[in-house]
Amino acid sequence: MASLSQKDLLSIEQLSVDDIGLVLDTAEALREVSARAVKKVPALRGKTVINLFFEPSTRTRSSFELAEKRLSADILNFSASSSSVTKGETLLDTARNLEAMAPDIIVIRHASAGAPHLLGTECRSSVVNAGDGMHEHPTQALLDALTVRSMKGRLEGLKLAIIGDISHSRVARSDTLLFHKMGAEVWVCGPPTLIPADFHLLGARVTGFMEEAIEGADVVMMLRLQNERQNEAFIPSTREYFNLYGLSRERMRGARKNAIVMHPGPMNRGVEIESEVADADYSVILDQVANGVATRMAVLYLLSGNSGLKPGRESR
Amino acid sequence: MDPSRKFDRVADVAIDDGRIVEIAPRIAQKGRREVDARGLAVLPGFIDMHVHLREPGREDAETIETGTAAAARGGFTAVACMPNTQPVNDSEAVTTYILKRAREVSKIAVYPIGAITRGSRGETLAEIGEMVRAGIVAISDDGHPVSDGQVMRRALEYSRLFNLPVIDHCEDEALAAGGVVHEGYWSTKLGLRGISPAAEEVQVARDAILARQTGARIHIAHLSTRKSLETVTRARREGGVNLTCEVTPHHLLLTDERVAAYDTHAKMNPPLRGRDDVDALVEGIASGAVDVIATDHAPHTLGDKMLEFDRAPFGVVGLETAVSLVCDRFVRPGVIGLGRLAELFSLNPARILNLERGTLTPGAWADITVLDLGRQTEVRAATFASRGRNTPFEGWSLCGGPAMTVVRGKVVWSA
Repeated sequence: MASLSQKDLLSIEQLSVDDIGLVLDTAEALREVSARAVKKVPALRGKTVINLFFEPSTRTRSSFELAEKRLSADILNFSASSSSVTKGETLLDTARNLEAMAPDIIVIRHASAGAPHLLGTECRSSVVNAGDGMHEHPTQALLDALTVRSMKGRLEGLKLAIIGDISHSRVARSDTLLFHKMGAEVWVCGPPTLIPADFHLLGARVTGFMEEAIEGADVVMMLRLQNERQNEAFIPSTREYFNLYGLSRERMRGARKNAIVMHPGPMNRGVEIESEVADADYSVILDQVANGVATRMAVLYLLSGNSGLKPGRESR
Repeated sequence: MDPSRKFDRVADVAIDDGRIVEIAPRIAQKGRREVDARGLAVLPGFIDMHVHLREPGREDAETIETGTAAAARGGFTAVACMPNTQPVNDSEAVTTYILKRAREVSKIAVYPIGAITRGSRGETLAEIGEMVRAGIVAISDDGHPVSDGQVMRRALEYSRLFNLPVIDHCEDEALAAGGVVHEGYWSTKLGLRGISPAAEEVQVARDAILARQTGARIHIAHLSTRKSLETVTRARREGGVNLTCEVTPHHLLLTDERVAAYDTHAKMNPPLRGRDDVDALVEGIASGAVDVIATDHAPHTLGDKMLEFDRAPFGVVGLETAVSLVCDRFVRPGVIGLGRLAELFSLNPARILNLERGTLTPGAWADITVLDLGRQTEVRAATFASRGRNTPFEGWSLCGGPAMTVVRGKVVWSA
């Protein structure tokens, strides 16, 4: 059985080009399961997966849950509102308690960057990062890569433009690391107030001008702009934001022919993306969702034999 | 070695009744107790002018007893403790309590630092005169920077009445923006909120200007960037200011890369900076631009530290590692000499805090730090006298460090 070499999936950073290829190939093979009449394979039968969500999430949690069910895993859902966190228990204590129930895999979403690392160091179970603060969201980047590879046949040599609130986006970080690693040309674009320090060192070209980012792009990825950013003085108004960074049909003309539009969701129609663009035939936003299930199935499957390995250390 | 009078030679030191009575190449008279310090360096007692002893209020993290035992073990004969206890040391009563506890349990000298403002809330002045009478040696709102320029100005003007140094934790909280690490590549990569170096530098510049205007004495606590140091140096070169600064061992030795594994033992405020800033601080201790090395010893319970990175408190312990780290990394390689070491750890803190210490002169109190530059140690938090185990230096092998700590003629610790 093929598998990833590490116990946990904490970040794209820790994955090699071969690892990423393995996940994408496996996901491609597993995509067929969701097209069957009986959408189930026994790959994780007898394995227990805990979904530990400390942040509200609908799509990522549902996507993981569906992936687990289609692999026949036993599932325990644990969300912050129903958890002991509200009673003052620390993450470490929560982790140790869960560990005592001997799960094979823990999927964690947490508002604090590095929370999955803490869990991975303390637990024998495999830990999958389902989004940690502003750090990473590795399965999102993998499903994005699967979507792009399915549409374009490759990742290498493509121009990817990621547009929006780069500072607060774990998706921007994971996608930049992944696509850069796979040989794509990554551009990030947003208001200077929402571009974090030294972002270019992660492997992206940085610009404040949307036309420059989109010109000749094969893939345009829009990020959600949270309304609060206006009150925090990152931008003057969502109106001005749309004028400068919103994706309109007009702006899409600068991209390469056959360019595709992506969005990790949830979308703010009229804030970062024009409705007509979101619904256009070059929009692959719903393909991303479908690929999300297959990608998470692949990740869970490839890690399922690895619990008990030495805790994963991130490579520097 | 006594940099206060440029004394540097092999000699005997005679102590009687807690005071140094004679320093001479050979003292023939037999002592009641004799210490053979051949091959060792005998320096004026080290003073750590920036520690958090946590008592009263957080005795689970540290007490005056454990903190001062840690200090003695680290080669320090005196410490000055910051007022951010619970309650805050903003009154004569708390100052008196700290001094009383110190007399009961401490083998080294403890100098309380009073708050600048009531509750360190940055709004109204604390009863500074009352605290001076009770025994504070400086004022500071460490950990809670005085944001309001006018309040700071008033505090500075008022401090002149008592010739009291004002120790400022320089941080513009709006610019720091709730950050938890230095803003740069690592904050971006790790997805942690960054603290712009400007948050410190802006406040240092403000202080330099206010120091000149008021004529008061300002000491910049835990200075951490090249630009901050340049501002201090420029103001001093122009003259007419009484501005001094300290750096910590961790800012001299670690960069923000140390945070890469989300280790909360590398989370402190100001945060670990980049290589260029570290280089500037090291140049500063060698050139004299930096006056003092202080630890900012900040013990926390492991329970408090073993949290998500952004939720864990700031701070690391330092009393039991500072001198060894500086000996190993800076004295042995020749970045600084022993004379400079004694200035940084003894003479300058004594001068800044108006203490009759920091010198080995007949008649002075016999507060002495003895160093052994050949002594091998390994940093092991489990062996600390401090209750705090939160060191970023766990496992470091060090050569050189304290061998004996003498306070008023009494050996309070020896290796």
